[in-house]
Amino acid sequence: MKLGFYPGCSLQGTSREYNESVKALAAAFDIEMKTIDDWNCCGASAAHSISKELSLALPARILALAGQQGFEQVVVPCAACYNRLAVAQYELNQDRELKSSIEQAIEMPLNNQVKIINVLQFINTYIKDKIADKVKKKFEHQVACYYGCLLVRPHKILGFDRVEDPTSMDELMTIIGATPLDWGFKTECCGASLSIARTDLVGKLSGKIIKDAADRGAEAIIVACPMCHSNLDMRRPQIDEYIGKEISTPVIYVTQAIGLAVGIAPEKLGLQRHFVKVNIR
Amino acid sequence: MAGVEFATDYKYMCSDPGQNLIKQAIKEHHLDGVVVGSCSPRMHEMTFRKVCSEAGMNPYLCEIANLREQCSWVHEKCDATTNKAIEIVRGLVEKVKRNKPLQAIEVPISKKALVIGGGIAGIQASLDIANCGHQVILVEQSPSIGGHMSQLSETFPTLDCSQCILTPRMVEVAQHPNITLYTYAELEKLEGFIGNFKATIRLKDKSVDFSKCTGCGLCMTKCPQKKIPSEFNEGLGTRTAIYTPSPQAVPNKPVIDRENCNYYKKGVCKICQKFCPTGAIEYDKADKFITEEIGAVVVTTGFNVLKTDFFSEYGYGKYKDVITGLQFERLASASGPTLGEIRRPSDGQIPKKIVFIACCGSRDPAKGLAYCSKICCMYTAKHAMLYQHKVPDGESTVFYMDIRAGGKNYEEFVRRAIEEEQVNYVRGRVARVYEKNGKLIVKGADTLLNAKPVEIEADMVVLATASIANNGAEDLAQKMHISYDPYHFFAEAHPKLRPVETNTAGIFLAGACQAPKDIPETVAAASGAAVKVVSLLSKPTLVREPLIAVVNRCAPPQYSTCVGCFMCQTICPYQAIEREDITDRRTGQVIKTIAKINPGLCQGCGTCVSFCRSKSIDIQGYSNEEMYAEVSALLNK
Amino acid sequence: MNHTTAKNIKETTGVDIDKCYQCGKCSAGCILADDMDFQPSIIIRMLQTDDSTNNKKVLSSESIWLCQNCENCIGRCPKEIDIPKIMDYLRTESVKKKCVSLKAKHQLSFYRSFLDSIKMSGRLSELVMMVGYKFRTFNLLQDVKLVPSMLSKGKLKLIPESVKNRKSIKSIFKKTTTSK
Repeated sequence: MKLGFYPGCSLQGTSREYNESVKALAAAFDIEMKTIDDWNCCGASAAHSISKELSLALPARILALAGQQGFEQVVVPCAACYNRLAVAQYELNQDRELKSSIEQAIEMPLNNQVKIINVLQFINTYIKDKIADKVKKKFEHQVACYYGCLLVRPHKILGFDRVEDPTSMDELMTIIGATPLDWGFKTECCGASLSIARTDLVGKLSGKIIKDAADRGAEAIIVACPMCHSNLDMRRPQIDEYIGKEISTPVIYVTQAIGLAVGIAPEKLGLQRHFVKVNIR
Repeated sequence: MAGVEFATDYKYMCSDPGQNLIKQAIKEHHLDGVVVGSCSPRMHEMTFRKVCSEAGMNPYLCEIANLREQCSWVHEKCDATTNKAIEIVRGLVEKVKRNKPLQAIEVPISKKALVIGGGIAGIQASLDIANCGHQVILVEQSPSIGGHMSQLSETFPTLDCSQCILTPRMVEVAQHPNITLYTYAELEKLEGFIGNFKATIRLKDKSVDFSKCTGCGLCMTKCPQKKIPSEFNEGLGTRTAIYTPSPQAVPNKPVIDRENCNYYKKGVCKICQKFCPTGAIEYDKADKFITEEIGAVVVTTGFNVLKTDFFSEYGYGKYKDVITGLQFERLASASGPTLGEIRRPSDGQIPKKIVFIACCGSRDPAKGLAYCSKICCMYTAKHAMLYQHKVPDGESTVFYMDIRAGGKNYEEFVRRAIEEEQVNYVRGRVARVYEKNGKLIVKGADTLLNAKPVEIEADMVVLATASIANNGAEDLAQKMHISYDPYHFFAEAHPKLRPVETNTAGIFLAGACQAPKDIPETVAAASGAAVKVVSLLSKPTLVREPLIAVVNRCAPPQYSTCVGCFMCQTICPYQAIEREDITDRRTGQVIKTIAKINPGLCQGCGTCVSFCRSKSIDIQGYSNEEMYAEVSALLNK
Repeated sequence: MNHTTAKNIKETTGVDIDKCYQCGKCSAGCILADDMDFQPSIIIRMLQTDDSTNNKKVLSSESIWLCQNCENCIGRCPKEIDIPKIMDYLRTESVKKKCVSLKAKHQLSFYRSFLDSIKMSGRLSELVMMVGYKFRTFNLLQDVKLVPSMLSKGKLKLIPESVKNRKSIKSIFKKTTTSK
């Protein structure tokens, strides 16, 4: 199985630690992934809000490249990119006319057979059964697993986990010895692309999430999306302002949590790059 | 046209003057065939056939040429259409020339009715039929009759105590000399046809001999298995393994639930037997099967409600204080698990803030149920009112989409809830419910206020879940060969004019098994079905149309061209074909076995005719000769 | 009401707004409903009225630019009406008809600056995007305080990354966003 890797723009810069932790985890379990050569940005929220064709063409170029380079599956750690790629793939498969016009725009044929998987699916398929044996230090903390909005919706297209109250991340946390909490904001949006133009609203939306998790005693919030991480971590000052007090609950990626449990060094997982200090091990 | 003695035309042939025209023509011209060019035979074939019969001509020598639905209504006005009309008439003229006079068939009737399902519909139907002097067998699956109505606390719009108005009827059924009641029993098999059904009923073994049991209830107090969730209390209370569903059960004698009994599971205990003062308890007996000859069947198997685990956005069933409307009925009921006090199932506290959510699962194509469950608007208003009566300082909110209160006094009832009982009605659906610190956070919206979000921290949430077909509805329908819709509600013969009949002759239905219904409609339907049954059973014999298939017979030694391959028997959708032995009258030896059509069951569909390799079957009234003549006339202009 | 608006929306997006029976479940679950000028179910209702004033109000609203396509609404809608898709359509129409809400100009500027960066190099450069954003909005101090910590944490790339085949990206932009 030739496994491809699509980092997306955020993993290269603002969410560099996510990139590091995914690669470190893959290496620890001897999984080889190759980055798609000459990958481009998927367009994220900006493209689909401005132009439908652009929002399909940018992912289509990625899918076409992946197909050309012989990948059967592509791991997409960023939930937004995962969502855009999967949705674009689905929509182009539904409408033949649309597909051929997009193929003209990207000047490449698109056979659209590549399977796009998110980081949780990647862990479940390639790593999950081997984790228990490799756990060196149990991650004995109470955690709130935050899935965000784009991993599980639209369910008809993604077909992943449950739309309300998903459980795949919680199961992984249980395996590494953590206690996943039952809480009310598992799939409520963090504020997504409002981060720059309406940081106040991100403070409110992400604030509600942090507050609920903290109220229930979460020692950490586990995420699987760099956008969510950025809003919950980098925008902590706005969140604190909304809640009215300082909350120090760290936000760590699921790959970092598992990485810690199987004994990967914190620096290799990029934990020092977070805005909210990560003291838990 | 050759052979046509008289032709005329009249605008409203089906009216009295028109009918008289036909009668006169038959008498004057000594006609032995009539073709009426008119609307569909489904409308007036019977009218015209009766007219001919009154004029002394065999009614089956009258045919209808459908010039309306099959001609004038589907084509433009032009010469081609007129020509088509002429051709249709010509075809039928040629057919009628070959028609043979036929006599209606008389079939004997068993004077007994079978009612399946002992809820209010079954109880009402049984009483109505029994009071007309006919025998009724009432079969009920659970250990007691009463159905969902016995679980209700009070009924809308009168707020009558449900059990108080129901139990007298239940007792009447048990005591009625014409009703034989089998509880803890199921229909195993139904064979036969209208007037002549054979029903096999499975009497599940109760482990208790009802002839010895006095209903003292001592066994129930001694049974060590006390924590079984009670079905009657919708899982909010418990019962023992030897149990009656409720204190007012009819019959009020217990049965043993084998799946939870210590003896049947592990081979130990037997305490109930030890303590029974009359020695009524006997273990390990097998189910009994009885067969009854039945004339008509009424299906009144009722409905079920969706459980809370169906709803992903309301917690997948994991929040104890999110309950269904039926569970709320048990809380409000004086004989319920909380003796009529509204208390939270999680901690027994009285909820001070309660939210009712309407349309849960109903009117929801995304979840698979596009229909409206009809009764929820009313029972939600009732629940909110009962809550306000029992918890005067409590705050209740109903999230609704529309209010459907079309029955008598229904609208006034709902307005009373809103205007007098201080129930808060908010128009908007609820997006989700989640739990925090022991409270249920309800996120709804008020669409009448620009869809502003409304968030309520409630102590309890009651979901008005959809009414759905009962468990096993599909299997039962297939056993009885009645139709059902994609939701497994049983199909009525015609939605407007034949609501209590099925498409299977002799089987009627009433109540919520056909579609969600309230009690007044259910009772009306039950009485309606009862009348249909009584009209059937009151006749000396059953008269049927003779348009059925017949296997030919001829002189010995052949007796019939049928070779006995019985392909027809395999293929007949109505199980109407039997095997008949032709025996030598002197020696009794079987000469050959041929097919025989049961005149009571055959529906004249013609499937056997097309399958018969030796062309030994023909349909009376639509014989091969007649049909070829009609088709030939249509083709040979 | 001739259902022209509904027909247009059906042709462009495939979504049938006539199916909406205004239950309000979308608005009830919308994360930003409290901050919108028109909640999602109200937007659908306004489009259903096929009224030009209402259509103008919808296209000039802030709501359509606040919506983040989080899909809470369609995830729960009993009639499976694809509101996020309609929102995308309304956004493009709003730009086309030049009636973008003043309150949403910054968000639009963000999207435009984002896409400018992609157009240039095929991959996002936060620096390039922020410069473009500040030029458009005159919000010069936005996130300036974060720059030092981003740099020290190694999260800010000063030299933008680029795809090798930049021509293909430019061509994609030209073919899809130039009005025909």
